[in-house]
Amino acid sequence: MNTYRDEAVPLLSARGLVKAYGRTPALRGASLDLHAGEILAVTGPSGSSKSTLLHCLAGIVRPDEGTVSYGDETLSGLPEARLGELRRTDFGVVFQFGQLIPELTVRDNVALPLLLGGLGRAQAGARADEWLERFGVRGQRELRPGELSGGQAQRVALARALVTGPRVVFADEPTGALDSLSGEQVMTALVGAARETGAAVLLVTHDAQTAAYAGREVRMADGTVEPAEVTAWGLLRSWRWLGRW
Amino acid sequence: MSTRHILLGLLASGPSHGYDLKRRHDERFPQARPLAYGQVYTTLQRLVRDRLAEVDGTDADGGPERTLYRVTPEGEAEMTRWAAEIAPPAPFVTNEIFAKVVVAILTGGDPAAYLLAQRAAHMARMRELTAVKTAPGADLATVLSADYALTHLDADLRWMTTTADRLNQLTAEVDAS
Repeated sequence: MNTYRDEAVPLLSARGLVKAYGRTPALRGASLDLHAGEILAVTGPSGSSKSTLLHCLAGIVRPDEGTVSYGDETLSGLPEARLGELRRTDFGVVFQFGQLIPELTVRDNVALPLLLGGLGRAQAGARADEWLERFGVRGQRELRPGELSGGQAQRVALARALVTGPRVVFADEPTGALDSLSGEQVMTALVGAARETGAAVLLVTHDAQTAAYAGREVRMADGTVEPAEVTAWGLLRSWRWLGRW
Repeated sequence: MSTRHILLGLLASGPSHGYDLKRRHDERFPQARPLAYGQVYTTLQRLVRDRLAEVDGTDADGGPERTLYRVTPEGEAEMTRWAAEIAPPAPFVTNEIFAKVVVAILTGGDPAAYLLAQRAAHMARMRELTAVKTAPGADLATVLSADYALTHLDADLRWMTTTADRLNQLTAEVDAS
């Protein structure tokens, strides 16, 4: 048993999240803990509402019921201004399709969160360059997103997510649109940067090879998070014929 | 896996002795089971018997005397033939997981719980292999071997997911027969 994890206070914690879109239920009481510095994969079939859970945890979507705690703050109780600040400073988000701003250069896309946070243009640009260099896309910094390959665009999106030094990176199917080698480069970059900066990563994926980069996995089904990994004892108990012995 | 053909392949770059062949095999195929010395020497003797390799003298090199082997023209021809031979795609591989699912159904067990636990074990192994291949300084042979294992475990996982979705149907068929 990993008592350290059981006892540690989670960095981000969801309890009993319920969310419906119109009359269509998405989350039906999902609970989850993310600890500081850990890389957690959320897996499950399509339609199991993995992305909705990520959106609630990142403060992008407000749940209908339940709470999301980040440190000593409860996200659902925060005014939009504070939520926006958290998303800008403490959270970084990467989506399946980079969602870079097509009119801006690669460098300006990465510098944008810093500029919005009030940093000067020269400093923001210099820090953007550092992250672009680190992910091997500095040579593309004057290009527009439309001129990048899928793998390059995703590494730029990673740079944008990490440039503010977030404590949590949310990655929603970050390799979903990539071939396996590009996906591997993106995951290696993400995991390496997270380990170095101490950021926690919540990784939503339906792909087992991507999930294997995480230190822990939870599965979703029908809008809830399934109990932790099945133990050998749990399996033995489930074998009904054992009762005959 | 044909150890004799792999040894022939390693001999292709020049005469070598058993210890060196074992070391190079384990380096080149890091995820494979290391070759036992006994297996290397037995295989070399069979290659000589079959005239695919021959003794090329001895080499002391300051230590105990070692027999050097080299590949013969027949050995080269055999190696070329083997390397180009298509490996059978094995459409009906032995599938222990499937057998356990069926036995669980027959004995009134819980095949869904078994599949879930098996899935967790596969994922744990995939995390280990991913750590091996992304470790700083991992060489390409290690990365490729890990990739091979990862894609096969991934295929198993997909099969397990589909099977879990079809358990009701399978249980009905097994119980009816």
